[in-house]
Amino acid sequence: MKIHEYQAKEILRAHGVKTPRGIPCFSDEEAEAAAKLLGGNVWVVKAQIHAGGRGKGGGVKVVQSIEEVKSTALTILGMQLVTPQTVPGGQLVKRLLVEEGAQIQKELYVGMVVDRETQTLCLMASSEGGMDIEEVASTSPEKIHKLFIDPMLGLNRESAIELSGKIGLRKESITKGADLFESLYQTFVTTDASLVEINPMVLTRDGDVLALDAKMNFDTNALFRQSKIVSMRDLDEEDPAEIEASKSDLSYISLDGDIGCLVNGAGLAMATMDVIKLFGGEPANFLDVGGGATTEKVTEAFKIMLSNPNLKAIFVNIFGGIMRCDVIATGVVEAAKQVDLKVPLVVRMKGTNEDLGKTILIESGLPIISSDNMADAAQRVVEATRGSR
Amino acid sequence: MSILINKHTRVITQGITGKTGRFHTQTSRDYANGKNCYVAGVNPKRAGENFEGIPIYGAVVEAKEQTGATVSVVYVPPAGAAKAILEAVEAELDLVICITEGIPVKDMIDLRHAMRERNTRTLLLGPNCPGVITPEELKIGIMPGHIHKQGRIGVVSRSGTLTYEAVAQLTELGLGQSTAVGIGGDPVNGIKHIDVLKLFNDDPDTDAVVMIGEIGGTDEEIAARWVKEHMTKPVAGFIAGVTAPAGKRMGHAGAIISGGQGTADEKLEIMDASGIAVTRDPSKMGSLLQSLI
Repeated sequence: MKIHEYQAKEILRAHGVKTPRGIPCFSDEEAEAAAKLLGGNVWVVKAQIHAGGRGKGGGVKVVQSIEEVKSTALTILGMQLVTPQTVPGGQLVKRLLVEEGAQIQKELYVGMVVDRETQTLCLMASSEGGMDIEEVASTSPEKIHKLFIDPMLGLNRESAIELSGKIGLRKESITKGADLFESLYQTFVTTDASLVEINPMVLTRDGDVLALDAKMNFDTNALFRQSKIVSMRDLDEEDPAEIEASKSDLSYISLDGDIGCLVNGAGLAMATMDVIKLFGGEPANFLDVGGGATTEKVTEAFKIMLSNPNLKAIFVNIFGGIMRCDVIATGVVEAAKQVDLKVPLVVRMKGTNEDLGKTILIESGLPIISSDNMADAAQRVVEATRGSR
Repeated sequence: MSILINKHTRVITQGITGKTGRFHTQTSRDYANGKNCYVAGVNPKRAGENFEGIPIYGAVVEAKEQTGATVSVVYVPPAGAAKAILEAVEAELDLVICITEGIPVKDMIDLRHAMRERNTRTLLLGPNCPGVITPEELKIGIMPGHIHKQGRIGVVSRSGTLTYEAVAQLTELGLGQSTAVGIGGDPVNGIKHIDVLKLFNDDPDTDAVVMIGEIGGTDEEIAARWVKEHMTKPVAGFIAGVTAPAGKRMGHAGAIISGGQGTADEKLEIMDASGIAVTRDPSKMGSLLQSLI
């Protein structure tokens, strides 16, 4: 789960990370009031969307008068902000963060993720802040310093100080950097985060160390014990089809193609997308109906797939294990009737009660193309989309 | 022969009284030698009772002492699953198989740390996995038993249904399986591809292996490099997720391309360079393996 920058900063501040003072705003009037309240003579107006790269798309502006804060807020609020991480049409900006300007001496980087290989937490810091860390990793990997931390042992002061020195902090700023690392680590472990990134972390002219930007993602498996984090969820930032699917306990992800996929099991669902592509088609979605699919669930899955205007055909690929093919077949027939299916439907069913399942499909009288083999079915569904073009 | 489990294995079910635990204990007990193998259940609140004749104990250590069981399977819900695994580790079982999906990553990191600290001999399979089956001997987990056939091909995979797909293809070609192992789809788990490949390599009754991976992490790359140096048996491979977009979690918690790492193409390339025969067509996993033996 993702949250906004201003929310991430709230959480980080609560754990002792220093940030510029700022106020989230939903209108230009609120932005104006926020700037007055913050005082000073330089402000930063920042679009709040879940995608990164906001500055490149014109979503972050430094301004020097209250009037400018207001006019900039008016421009940014309501814009479709396009960044390298948004969908091509961009993301509608509904929230802003107005912050006091910072006196920056140097931009640095710090982030924390779960390291799958060592099964520990990895604190990464670099002297190269404010740019894409993946680019730093590929061009000058020696500038990224990593510290692997066992959460049972924690981050010790000595290592934090050493890391702080490695990224170029000096004198009293070293301890400030180490303080920030420790607070970041505490934030990570107490909130069940999956990623925390402060890019840039800045050294100010008077030697302070601040989080100028902040990004946090959370482990969805742990949300049951993180009610405060759950309350920060912003549904406006999520794909409506994915939200709808999650209500029915379906795992769904929108893609760019035109062939809808309905599959049981995550691995097989990915393999189904791959096999469509292999035969020249483009999958419209990832969809795992899970192990306990009912008629209702299958119907809901059909509705969600059909809400996509680009959809030209549907590929149902089921390996019946504990879930029987006849149950799925009944669900498919019911769903096809309920949604008045107009696109070609290719069904490949294998496993428990597959013959019974096929009989149900045939006897339904629906124009379902049935196949035994995943590759053959994929070719047929790709052909079907060509026919409709 | 086989790896990890066989008809002599004795099994404790942790979470035997829940809906999932009850259902899968029944189907697993009905498979092959299951009747003799499922000897105990654990539920601290139901000690002294029984589930269809299987005695329920208050703790894993007690179930082990009373029955001589050396393996447990965990169906405990996510919030308490890591603790249940730790209990089995503390009871010094040989193998714990955790089926549960949705365990917080932090709990798994803490558990794996505790296992390292204890320098435990207990192996963990999963979590978020279908389990393990030695066909016609013993099934521990949620896979459909009837698609399997006893034989000499090993199967290892991060995904459930994709394992069944590979197994069914092999069975249809007349190629039985020595053992089929689902290592699970979580980012922080127990034994990995490399560990299972080592076991298959040492198993005199396994001739070749189907290895199925997916996007995310570097397990397949690590396994492939080991294969290149040490594996004496042919391996056929498939990786799911060539078409998966970066930064999106594809169903499994661990199936995510992050920071440009863990793409299917990268994995396939390294596997290919390591002497593993790879296919991009999931319907050809069985026939590819057949062509190698």
